[in-house]
Amino acid sequence: MAEERATITPYPDGPILVRGDVDLLGPDGAPIERRRRTVALCRCGLSTIKPFCDGSHKPAGFRTDD
Amino acid sequence: MVTTTLDTVTQQPFTSRGPLSDAVLRRLTGTERDRALDALARSAVAGTADVVRDDDIQLALFTLYASAYGSIPALAADLEWDPALIETRLLLEAGLEHAVRAAVPVPELPPPTGDAVARALFQLTSDDTGPSLSRYLAKRATAEQVREFFVQRSIYTLREADPHSWAIPRLSGRAKAALVEIQADEYGDGRPDRMHAAIFAKAMRAVGLDDTYGAYVDDVPAVTLASHNLMSMLGLNRRLLGAIVGHLAAFEMTSSIPNRFYATGLRRLGHGEDVTDYFDEHVEADAVHEQIAGRDLAGALAEDRPELLPDIMFGAAACLAADAWVGERMLTAWEHGRSSLRRSPDHG
Repeated sequence: MAEERATITPYPDGPILVRGDVDLLGPDGAPIERRRRTVALCRCGLSTIKPFCDGSHKPAGFRTDD
Repeated sequence: MVTTTLDTVTQQPFTSRGPLSDAVLRRLTGTERDRALDALARSAVAGTADVVRDDDIQLALFTLYASAYGSIPALAADLEWDPALIETRLLLEAGLEHAVRAAVPVPELPPPTGDAVARALFQLTSDDTGPSLSRYLAKRATAEQVREFFVQRSIYTLREADPHSWAIPRLSGRAKAALVEIQADEYGDGRPDRMHAAIFAKAMRAVGLDDTYGAYVDDVPAVTLASHNLMSMLGLNRRLLGAIVGHLAAFEMTSSIPNRFYATGLRRLGHGEDVTDYFDEHVEADAVHEQIAGRDLAGALAEDRPELLPDIMFGAAACLAADAWVGERMLTAWEHGRSSLRRSPDHG
C-alpha cells in the first residue's frame, strides 16, 4: 500500500492541523511526542502547551486573513 | 470506600424518584410487566411544572437510555425494544424536547456554507456568558466540592463520547469522516488506556470514588440527568441529526479553556498527574476537536444538507443552555455552603 501523504491545513482564526506521518522536532532537533493522530499547532503564539494549540487564540481575538 | 449497592428488595440499580421511574425500573429489571407505563408517562409530563428539573421524569428517561447504551447490566437486554418502553421513551422525549425548544431559541442562522457555519458556532460559544464553574474550580473549590464535581461529571464522562457516536451511521461523506476522526481520538485511537472515559475513571479512583458506571446516579439532581438525556435524545433520534452535530460542536468549543482551569484547581488542591491527566489531555485534544467539529463536521453537514442548519444551531445553543443549568445548580449550592448533590456520596 502506498504511504498516505501528510496534510497541513490552516483553520481560519485558529491553529494549523497536521494529519499524517510527520515528525515534529524542537529547535534543538529533538523529537516532540505526538500523542494523537491529528494535531493542532499553535498559530497565535499564545498557547501554554506550544507547539500545540490550547484554544488561547479565541479569548485573544486572534484573526487570520483567510 | 464507596460501593454500589443494589436495592436488596427489588434488585433495582437506582432508587426510584416517583411512580414513573419506579415502573420503568421494575419493567426493565423484569420484576413487573403489568403497569400502564404510557399512562404514567403522560400524567408525569402533563403534571410537571419543569420537565428538566423533574426527578421522576429524568430518572425514568435516563434509565430508558441506559437500556439502549447497555451501560447498566441490571437492565434486561431483551427488553431494549419492548414496545411499551419505547412508547414511554417517545412520550418523555416529546416532553423534554418541547421544554428545551421553549427555553432555547434557535440562534440567528448563518448562510449554509462551511466557513460561515464554523464562524457562527465559534461566535455563539464565545458569547456564552454563563456562570463559570471552571473558574470556581480553579480558584475556590474545596476538596469536597471537587469530589462532587467528579460525581456530577461521572454520569456523562464515564461513557464519554457515546451519545454523539449514535450519529455516525446517520451521516455520510465529509461530515461522517470528521465525526469519526473526533470519536477515534475520544476512544483512544486503538489504545484502551487512552480512551477518555478510561482516563476519567482513573481520575475518579485517584480521588477515592467508585468508577463503576451508574454508582452515583442516586446522588445527582434531575438537571444533571437531563443534560445527559438531552445528548442521548439528540443522538438516538435520526430526525435530530443536525442538533446532535451542533451539540458536539458547542461541547468541543467550550472545553479546552475550562479544562485548563479544572486542572489548575486540581493542582491547587495538591492532586497529581493521575487526577489531572484527564483535564490536561482535554486541553490539547479539544483544541483539535473544536476545529474539526466546527468546520469539517457541522460546516460540511450544513453545506451538504442545508435543511439541517436550524437544528445544527439549535443543538449548539441547547448544549450551552444545559451546561449552564447544571453549572448554575452547582455554583448556587456551593455559594450557599450546601452540597450540589441530592445526598452525600459517602452514603452507605
